[in-house]
Amino acid sequence: MEGYSRKDEGCHQFLDLIPKQREWFVKREEEKTSNEEKKLELSLGPPGGDWTITDNNISQNTSRNKDHDEYLLSFGYFSNNPCSQNPVLRSPWPKHGLVPVMNESSQPRSNSIDVGLKSSEKKTFSPAPAANTAVPNISSAHKRTAPASVVGWPPIRSFRKNLASGSSSKLASESTDVAPNKVSDQKPTENCPKTLFVKINMDGIPIGRKVDLKAYDSYEKLSYAVDELFRGLLAAQSDSSGDEEGKVVGGLLDGNREYTLVYEDNEGDRMLVGDVPWHMFVSTVKRLRVLKSSELPTLSRGSKQGKQLSIDDSHK
Amino acid sequence: MAYSFPEEVLEHVFSFLSSDKDRNSVSLVCKSWYEIERWCRRRIFVGNCYAVSPGIVIRRFPEVRAVEMKGKPHFADFNLVPEGWGGYVYPWIAAMSAAYPLLEEIKLKRMVVTDECLELISKSFKNFKVLVLSSCEGFTTDGLASIAANCRHLRELDLRESEVEDLSGHWLSHFPDNCTSLVSLNMSCLGSEVSFSALERLVARSPNLRTLRLNRAVPLEKLANLIRRAPQLVELGTGAYSAEIRSDILLNLTEAFSACKQLKGLSGFWDVVPAYLPAMYSVCSGITSLNLSYATIQSFDLVKLVTQCRNLQRLWVLDYIEDSGLEALASSCKDLQELRVFPSDPFGAEPNVSLTEQGLVSVSKGCPKLQSVLYFCRQMSNAALISIAKNRPKMVRFRLCIIEPRAPDYLTLEPLDAGFGAIVENCKELRRLSLSGLLTDRVFKYIGTHAKKLEMLSIAFAGDSDLGLHHVLSGCESLRKLEIRDCPFGDKALLANAAKLETMRSLWMSSCSVSYGACKLLGQKMPRLNVEVIDERGPPDSRPDSCPVERLYVYRTVAGRRIDMPGFVWTMDDEDSGLRFS
Repeated sequence: MEGYSRKDEGCHQFLDLIPKQREWFVKREEEKTSNEEKKLELSLGPPGGDWTITDNNISQNTSRNKDHDEYLLSFGYFSNNPCSQNPVLRSPWPKHGLVPVMNESSQPRSNSIDVGLKSSEKKTFSPAPAANTAVPNISSAHKRTAPASVVGWPPIRSFRKNLASGSSSKLASESTDVAPNKVSDQKPTENCPKTLFVKINMDGIPIGRKVDLKAYDSYEKLSYAVDELFRGLLAAQSDSSGDEEGKVVGGLLDGNREYTLVYEDNEGDRMLVGDVPWHMFVSTVKRLRVLKSSELPTLSRGSKQGKQLSIDDSHK
Repeated sequence: MAYSFPEEVLEHVFSFLSSDKDRNSVSLVCKSWYEIERWCRRRIFVGNCYAVSPGIVIRRFPEVRAVEMKGKPHFADFNLVPEGWGGYVYPWIAAMSAAYPLLEEIKLKRMVVTDECLELISKSFKNFKVLVLSSCEGFTTDGLASIAANCRHLRELDLRESEVEDLSGHWLSHFPDNCTSLVSLNMSCLGSEVSFSALERLVARSPNLRTLRLNRAVPLEKLANLIRRAPQLVELGTGAYSAEIRSDILLNLTEAFSACKQLKGLSGFWDVVPAYLPAMYSVCSGITSLNLSYATIQSFDLVKLVTQCRNLQRLWVLDYIEDSGLEALASSCKDLQELRVFPSDPFGAEPNVSLTEQGLVSVSKGCPKLQSVLYFCRQMSNAALISIAKNRPKMVRFRLCIIEPRAPDYLTLEPLDAGFGAIVENCKELRRLSLSGLLTDRVFKYIGTHAKKLEMLSIAFAGDSDLGLHHVLSGCESLRKLEIRDCPFGDKALLANAAKLETMRSLWMSSCSVSYGACKLLGQKMPRLNVEVIDERGPPDSRPDSCPVERLYVYRTVAGRRIDMPGFVWTMDDEDSGLRFS
């Protein structure tokens, strides 16, 4: 994908934001005619410079974790990193250096989520997405998105990603009793997972997606990411003029908008997203769905906290 | 000659031919051999569920007992195939339930399997024995419950890497009390806790159990009790391998392991606490297969375990093992045949461990039987690849992933053409190859010239023109599967080698430069190919013909176009479909 070479136009087709769609066409055709340019692009491809950034803080951090791991059990990390909800604590190394790199080369990706990363960076660059939170092992707690990563690369099975990080929350809470007391008050959801993919579907869109909930740490960011995820498809479907695109999904959590985000929890109940604390949501959500607000029963948000929405679901 | 034997004799002779290839050759000899062979074919393998229809298979092979089938393209593993693409097994199960009441085995890979399918399987085949669902999805533990409850002769239930919706851990309790036939149970992919007492009873009443792979929810404290009931185990997948460090647990576990004299394979190791690893030292000398790819521990601890396993043939491990650990491996494990090194932090910007090309070079030097490699690393050089190629000319599978796309030889900043060229030139037996790093068309020339036995090739971010693809398609005579992403390969190479595609199982191209017009042309020109465009931007004919398609999937088929395509897949033979079916 030429996008690798930091050209937005190259990556498009996989990805995201259809707002740029019309441009692509043009660009694509240009590409055909300008092979020379392409070659140039390719040879510039490896953003080797990004590689050479070394960050002393990181290596220190890593070795500290290693030491820790020797005597601590699987929760060892947390005593170092007590709260991943707090961005400041979560990323003890300077992050800002990375920002320009990411923005410059950040790259639309297709099916999953990462679209959201990009967008959240644009808005308020949060120091690290939740995916970077602690892992109960020596692996870098300081994971960050590689500059310019794309869907499906490096080629690691999504299964492996999920499993490596795992079945997490439940397990973590269960094993708390055998873990050292000092960490037992930590939130179990922060234990293992690097990723937590759940399926997401939207009314009127035939294609399901997956989003990595661990890439976000708040409803707001999730909402924005979902918005980004489907906006392009909606726009493509309606084939409408450019200016309509912006308004499509809007803040999903705002009851007044056209669409509403709901989820199915681990008991199979359908709930409104946003009704319970974020970490509780993450530990119980099974799949997401974007519904037309008009098809929701007239329930005001929050009125039935933690209860099932009694929707007659005709959208399966 | 065919006349000189009674049918029964020929049937008996054929029964000694186990490979699909040989059976196929036999059936091509003459009409009577074809007839005899088809009546005695018991096992079939379908590499692509859309390449043939259930009806055609059943018509030709009326007495099948075992079916193995694959669905989605391999790139589905990496999230490149949109959800809902297809690969549904239901039509097959429905047809086979009527035609093959004596079916005993079903093995599926990358297919969508619903609970309805599982229920149908469990009720249709009275003598059903083996169910392997590899990287499958679409079913829940309720479906597993029907398999457990109804398949009285079940020997093998293997859910490896499937995505199962976990409704309850009680499915295991559905194995009836008189079910004692189990030989292999792999539930490592399940997330939720299973009913432990049911598991314990099941293990206890299965005297032939050889393989048991638990899931992460089975705590270490319970492991000793389980394996004590099954000292005959050959393969064990542990659950979470962590607990508070207590000497009684350690002792208990050590004793339990020491009774397992036949153990050859170990996996699992989630959340592993190194202090508990010595519990299995007593079995290490017999271990031939070790999957540590979920063991997030340091090189030091990995090495201590691995070097105890002197007879190791297969090792899967995270890059935490580092170069030094691989060097230790190379000097202790002389029987090693397969090595997979996975990245612990694939999306990190900087290396988090000291694992380079050097580790692989050491193993290639020290392990004379090494023939299968999957290696993720962050730097590579032509010199390293050349020495690997020279060290291990019998390499059969070589998959190298340099995490940064288009990374050149880090010493010379040259492309890695010469290095991969050396691999294909020296390794005459190479059947599978994955490329990465900075590569020009030159490497494809080497591949086309030398890789005559290559069957599967994966390419990403490589090449610079149509010439690259042309070299591969025109040169690799044994090529069956080709998957390409993000390469500047386009219409010319594809159309010039259209006939080659009929000899292959499939071609995947995403984010390349193939135009919609070329896809249409290919579909029209090659009626026995299904040319499918996967495009999430809407109908491709709403764009100019010259517009590149997002993804292209081409496969040969005798079944015609498929009818279960979702809205984002288009098949390229519309105008001529009437002719095709006539």
